[in-house]
Amino acid sequence: MSVAPAEVERPETEEKAVPDSPWVTIVWNDPVNLMSYVTYVFQTVFGYAKPKAEKLMLDVHHKGKAVVSSGAREAMESDAETLHGYGLWATISHDS
Amino acid sequence: MTAGEQEPDEGGGLEELMAGFRATSGGATARFAAAQATIIRDLVGQIAELIGDEGPGGGTSEGPNAGATGAGERGWPDDGPVGPDDLAAMIGLTENAELPDDPVLARLLPDAYRDDPEASGEFRRYTEQGLRSGKAASARTVLATLPPGGGRIRLSQPEAQAWLRALNDVRLALGVRLEVTDDFDERAEEIGPEDPRSAYIGVYQWLAFLQESLVRALS
Repeated sequence: MSVAPAEVERPETEEKAVPDSPWVTIVWNDPVNLMSYVTYVFQTVFGYAKPKAEKLMLDVHHKGKAVVSSGAREAMESDAETLHGYGLWATISHDS
Repeated sequence: MTAGEQEPDEGGGLEELMAGFRATSGGATARFAAAQATIIRDLVGQIAELIGDEGPGGGTSEGPNAGATGAGERGWPDDGPVGPDDLAAMIGLTENAELPDDPVLARLLPDAYRDDPEASGEFRRYTEQGLRSGKAASARTVLATLPPGGGRIRLSQPEAQAWLRALNDVRLALGVRLEVTDDFDERAEEIGPEDPRSAYIGVYQWLAFLQESLVRALS
């Protein structure tokens, strides 16, 4: 975990993602995490604009989960690790 | 909110103590009563202890109970006395904390693959150490920036970020122990004063308010 997560760098591996075999990072609903906090984490970690971050948060809240990023497996593992650092319940799966 | 009935601390109004965080040019600021500081330090310190700090130059010398003397004096009027031992029991700070099946640890260090134990294990081997170090570092930041006696604190942006994560970890841990679900607010009203969990509901809800105010201050 970076001490200053606002400056978390995107892993280089993302650039090398194989387009035809995407992996995804999924965030699952959780009764503890605050909606405002989850939105803030999506903005901070992924650099998403607030409307997109809020939409993803609401998807997590209402549908139970949302795909928050996609790309190479290594990049998704990096995303999941970062999200675990923030206490979000994130998993990785192969989007087949 | 239970904490709203807190006695005002010397030198500051009740309103200010219940205001949570507000934004500053460089980060965020808040004012804490001694009792509030003690509770945050106890809980955050226990997370640090539970999570283990094996990072470079690590060690939890500050300890979970630093500044926790005089436990009986802190005021949570309607919640009953909340001492460090009770809090330790609540968080699950025990000798078996290292076991992967501890529910609090399982929530703080979750599997990355839902149906693939092998991949999860591999991921864990590569990332768990860093994850633990990061969480312990956030906890240490809170302990370093919040004096045991409380008072006005001013956080830089990185410190405020660490506070956010540390407060969230504490709330996740309490959430596991309180068995928080989506309808928790309704269930909380049914938990009577004789239930040992009742003392922690106010703390849990106050920490949610505090974290919310910090998110707002940083947004």
